[in-house]
Amino acid sequence: MQNPQGFGVSEETLLKMQLTLEFGGGLELLCDSKKIHNVNVEQQNGEDKLTMKDLLSWVRTNLIKERPEMFMKGDTVRPGVLVLVNDCDWELSGQLNTLLEEKDVVVFISTLHGG
Amino acid sequence: MSSASEILRQLNSLKDAKTEIDNKISLLEAQLKDINLQNAAAASNGSSSYPANGLTPDMIHRYSRHLVLPSFGVQGQANLLKSSILVVGAGGLGAPALLYFAASGVGRLGIVDHDVVELNNMHRQIIHREAYVGKPKVKSAAAACRSINSTIQVVEHEEALRTSNALEILSKYDIIVDATDNAPTRYMISDCCVVLGKPLVSGAALGLEGQLTVYNYNSGPCYRCLFPTPPPRTACQSCADGGVLGVVPGIIGCLQALEAIKIAASVGEPLSGRMLLLDALSGRIRIVKIRGRSTQCEACGENATFTQQHFCEFDYEKFTQTPLCVPPLKLNLLPSESRISSKEYSETILKKEPHVLVDVRPAHHFNIVSLPKSMNIPLSTLEASLPEISSALKKEEERGVVSGSSAQLYVVCRRGNDSQRAVQLLHKKGFTSAKDIVGGLESWTHNVDPEFPTY
Ligand SMILES: [Zn+2]
Repeated sequence: MQNPQGFGVSEETLLKMQLTLEFGGGLELLCDSKKIHNVNVEQQNGEDKLTMKDLLSWVRTNLIKERPEMFMKGDTVRPGVLVLVNDCDWELSGQLNTLLEEKDVVVFISTLHGG
Repeated sequence: MSSASEILRQLNSLKDAKTEIDNKISLLEAQLKDINLQNAAAASNGSSSYPANGLTPDMIHRYSRHLVLPSFGVQGQANLLKSSILVVGAGGLGAPALLYFAASGVGRLGIVDHDVVELNNMHRQIIHREAYVGKPKVKSAAAACRSINSTIQVVEHEEALRTSNALEILSKYDIIVDATDNAPTRYMISDCCVVLGKPLVSGAALGLEGQLTVYNYNSGPCYRCLFPTPPPRTACQSCADGGVLGVVPGIIGCLQALEAIKIAASVGEPLSGRMLLLDALSGRIRIVKIRGRSTQCEACGENATFTQQHFCEFDYEKFTQTPLCVPPLKLNLLPSESRISSKEYSETILKKEPHVLVDVRPAHHFNIVSLPKSMNIPLSTLEASLPEISSALKKEEERGVVSGSSAQLYVVCRRGNDSQRAVQLLHKKGFTSAKDIVGGLESWTHNVDPEFPTY
């Protein structure tokens, strides 16, 4: 997560990063009602790193099937959505600037109000 | 022979009388217990031969399984007996929490709710009994708590929590439990806890998921630290619309009881700075680390100037764009000539007028109950299903007795909001005579056929 130099990067090949993405609290309804997505995300512009900002735009393009405004607002998630990288609030790892690593688990969860 | 309605009337009046007598009995029993307890306490103080942190012999017997628990013990129980906890909301979350608070001996237990018990609450709000349907939830919940434990003090706050009464009510308790069901109340309770410096045990449940955390505890985050900006109203589903499996708020409510009891008894590590996420369908519980107190938080941050005065003047309904007491949304999108009442629609059936009735509710709603001969086309698939409607109309016209009269197109839904959205779309797509049934199936029950089930 924090250390992009921590794994070998080959400059020639288009790198793909294997991630597990989970949606909950109703957000799964925006992506075919599927909660867990095992995905391979291309690193942007041949760069050797992937940030949460990159991942969000990838998710919006590749996974969100309807009502994108229920997922994002501007270049970040909409109010009321918690983002967790490896079971940790992304506020603690740098929000949009959080660097992702191979096999990270990213959870998007909408806060509930019912009772 | 008496008619059924006469029997029902008598039954209801007997039940009312019974409830009243039951209430009186539990009240008198509580008073008697109080007197006995005071006598016992006075006697034991007099002799002081068996000191046990002020616990009476009755208490030692009742709470013995707590007392023999090494990590809880006499001190934990004594703390609990001295504590006061307020539960806001006697619904799906509050119900089990209140039962455990009463059973475990929380000294003073407050309940806030303004609602009455409804039959469709009972699958999850397990504190209420059938005899209380139609009666205030606070009364029902308080009676249940007293019948479990007549030695604790139960305080009824039969009113909606508002900025005008929240400070006064919350200030009387050590710990606040948020067991409510809407966003504005959640912000209001959190802010009030910040202003008063009270720990807040917050739970939420919807569908098959639940969430739990403790706010404003030991310089941990408050609700606003986590959610500085309220979500859009469309992102806040209610249990009435989204559905909820009864046991899910039950589990979260029990966990809220656990956290509040830990804080009250000063044992263990409260779930502050962490959040528990329950996914009941996949059978998974995940506990995640959340941010600490935000220095920029408008309520509790370093430079926050949020005072009791600010709290009283803050407009939570405007802030979240959601009313505090959620009345069913009533849209009015269509001109009156594009609408028809349920009564008028029932007349067109009697007159056998050719028509097609499209029910735009989701399929799983349609499966619960539907009007005869209605066709189910969920709003989300309406645009793709227009040919289906055209051919149904054509068929109906061919079948029509009076030649030349065109078949009417009516649209219905649960409460009459989606049907208007559907008619707007149909008008745009050339079905210019489409009309919606005002008030939906709920109006059908109220104005045409009381036997038609509501849900
Ligand atoms: Zn805060």
